[in-house]
Amino acid sequence: MKLFRIRGGVHPDYRKERTRENPIIALPMPRILCLPLKQHVGAAAKAVVTSGKRVKKGELLARASGAVSAPIHAPTSGYVVDIVDQTAPHPSGLPQKTIMLRSDGKDEWGELPAGIADPFTADPGEIDARVAAAGIVGLGGAAFPSAVKLGLRVGKTLDTLILNGAECEPYLTCDDRIMQEHAEEVVDGARIMAHALGLKRLIIAIETNKPQALDKIRAAAAPFAGVVVVGMPVRYPMGSERHLVKALTGLETPAGKLTADVGVVVHNVGTARAVHQAVRFGRPLISRVITVSGGALSEGRNIEVPLGTLVSDVVAFCGGFKNGTIPHRLISGGPMMGYPLPALDVPVIKGTGGILALTREEINEQTAGPCIRCGTCVTVCPCGLVPMEMAAFIRHDKLEAATKAGIRDCVSCGSCSYICPSHIPLVQYFNYAKGRLNALDRDQRKQERLRTLVEARMARIERQAQAKREAAARARVAKPPVVATNDAPAGDMKVSA
Amino acid sequence: MIVFRNDRSGPFTHAPNSVRAVMVTVMLALTPATLFDLWLFGWPAVFLFTVTVGACVVFEAACLQLQGKLLLPALGDGSAVLTGWLLAMTLPPWAPWWIGVLGAVFAIALAKHLFGGIGQNVFNPAMVARVALLVSFPVPMTAFTLPRPLFSAGAPGFLDSLSITFGHAVGLDTISAASALGTIKTELSRGVPVTQSMAETPDLLHMLIGLRPGSMGETSALLILLGGLWLLHRKVISWHVPVAMMTTLFALGALFHAVAPDRFTSGVFQLVSGATFLGAFFIATDYVTSPVSRSGQVVYGFGCGFLTWIIRTFAGYPEGVAFAVLLMNALTPLIDRAFRPRTFGRTRAGTPLPLPPRKKP
Repeated sequence: MKLFRIRGGVHPDYRKERTRENPIIALPMPRILCLPLKQHVGAAAKAVVTSGKRVKKGELLARASGAVSAPIHAPTSGYVVDIVDQTAPHPSGLPQKTIMLRSDGKDEWGELPAGIADPFTADPGEIDARVAAAGIVGLGGAAFPSAVKLGLRVGKTLDTLILNGAECEPYLTCDDRIMQEHAEEVVDGARIMAHALGLKRLIIAIETNKPQALDKIRAAAAPFAGVVVVGMPVRYPMGSERHLVKALTGLETPAGKLTADVGVVVHNVGTARAVHQAVRFGRPLISRVITVSGGALSEGRNIEVPLGTLVSDVVAFCGGFKNGTIPHRLISGGPMMGYPLPALDVPVIKGTGGILALTREEINEQTAGPCIRCGTCVTVCPCGLVPMEMAAFIRHDKLEAATKAGIRDCVSCGSCSYICPSHIPLVQYFNYAKGRLNALDRDQRKQERLRTLVEARMARIERQAQAKREAAARARVAKPPVVATNDAPAGDMKVSA
Repeated sequence: MIVFRNDRSGPFTHAPNSVRAVMVTVMLALTPATLFDLWLFGWPAVFLFTVTVGACVVFEAACLQLQGKLLLPALGDGSAVLTGWLLAMTLPPWAPWWIGVLGAVFAIALAKHLFGGIGQNVFNPAMVARVALLVSFPVPMTAFTLPRPLFSAGAPGFLDSLSITFGHAVGLDTISAASALGTIKTELSRGVPVTQSMAETPDLLHMLIGLRPGSMGETSALLILLGGLWLLHRKVISWHVPVAMMTTLFALGALFHAVAPDRFTSGVFQLVSGATFLGAFFIATDYVTSPVSRSGQVVYGFGCGFLTWIIRTFAGYPEGVAFAVLLMNALTPLIDRAFRPRTFGRTRAGTPLPLPPRKKP
């Protein structure tokens, strides 16, 4: 298949060797699971259990609230200890409402909805509903509720589903292993999603540094017409949604639009497997495969982890830290776009693709020097931005100039920071600016809302005053005035909003 | 409980590169040409080179000290050494020591630190120094010597060399020679056509190898070229500036030479004479003072080549690379503004791309 050129990108040291050959192994069920109510993009789920409640494996713990949200299910049987504020797996280390589940050791399944025997004749709406009810979110890291993405068939003209098996982040091999070990499930899930989206064309994209995964997926996809498996050139960030779409179809998603607006929906391979399990067997998303790696760890592994497992349990399962050293940083996800974890007692959630315990040497973290205008950041930026210039604006707190320079078009892929010879933390600047801009936006929206409310209130008061005056005038006409006019001061009027 | 650092965002991996590595690579690329030149011009060249580089490092340290900045990180990046090195390459090899020291003042103190230090200077420090010296001291700056290789007959001994560099110049008149570009220019002003005066210049092969009078960076064109190609290979520089600059220079030379061979030198002569290779690969590609985008670099390289040819052909000075680079340095901010990459998902004007026309399935 003809591929299209995308600009920029880097070739980081992939360091996948450590875990590439390690088959997925299941983590022994931990005694305690911590399930935050918000493990996805959108509104937090609403708990439907209270402390003390006994639950079976797969039972609903929290339901979705709102259009963009996802429910949470019990990864094992046991009872709800409490619903408490607990440190979230987020760099802020801020607490979040979390369901604490104690395993009873039986791992007993509850009653699951029956699987759909032939999903390809089922109504797309039924598949959506299944995916939504199973709490499936994008397992590539974004954790966007998958059912919402499947619902894009309404209102958009779609033609292609791309299954993203690029796995361009260094260290991570979990998607590689899923594709190798569960190729049929992945292909089946992808075909189910294509059916749900009403699409005939399905492209499975895998970077060519995963030859075994490519072979297995090719074999699994061979019987099905309309499924194309493509080996992608190895370049970070090939797995970025918009860039993958461009490379495969030549279609460039306009700024501010979705890939669905150019007719393409992208899902991750892990998500496809979860969809397969949900649709065929009625199983909700209660576990995920993660890569645990990094130089500070005794052993690197690919593990199927029950959601809510504490990172400390995962680390212990990998033999703990090497020689008892403490890693320089603990990262959730890949080293390029992952985020630092504040502590070990945070849970693995739906969006966790990996846990990396990195040494100072492998991070190669150094004090930032002055920019020497080498322009490498400009060359590698896959979004065609001028990172050095945006960072300079942000350093002088010129957010407006940074916006004009395209800060909102930045996908925070980290290529610029990675390559900068002066070790300037460019992404740090951009994330700061994006945070500030979002806060400003929120403030502005709040103020606008306030203004419209105030204006509406003024108009209402004016209308009422007007009505009163007219009524008084009519009354005057009806019967001659007895006493002098008696206008009440406007300020006396109490109008409830 | 262990608390981990969460004070910064990713990426948490980094390319094995640094400013220092970049500078060292450039120096390595310059090394063969430099060694050849030091051999070619003997002890005086060695002394001048040492003095120039040393003075640049000393002034760098002094400037940092005066500004209350830390010495080590800045001195350790090697940028001052490289500036001194490049400056020395553009000086007549037998120039007196104070030319090197004064050049270091111009380069480091005036062109670099007055503008805010590394990364902030608008103009290429080495070229500012060369041009300031050329304008202020035209005689010692154009007194080129014929090659007198170390240990060859006629080469000055160690002590004689000391007095050439540090004492009173010994009979500059007797040793001075004009560079090829200088010869052509002088002869043209006397009405001698280029076709005739070319006979007085070394043949092109000699010029390419470097057996001719000139500054250090001019007299080893071939080795400079090899060093430049190696920099390209190591991806320290990209092809855009050197190719654009040399193509322009060659094209203009060839075109006008074809029209009026009496008045204009050939394209090949333009390439191998003067500091074309040094300028194209090592000077014009200076990160700080050249545009950051690829398209901008092409425009900038074109400008450097164009101005070099104009100055060499019509202006009062025989060599124009330094002036051309400085003039284009001044345009770099404008070029950076005008030539930017197109943002993903947007038109060149910055508006979101229109949705592609699509048919309902």
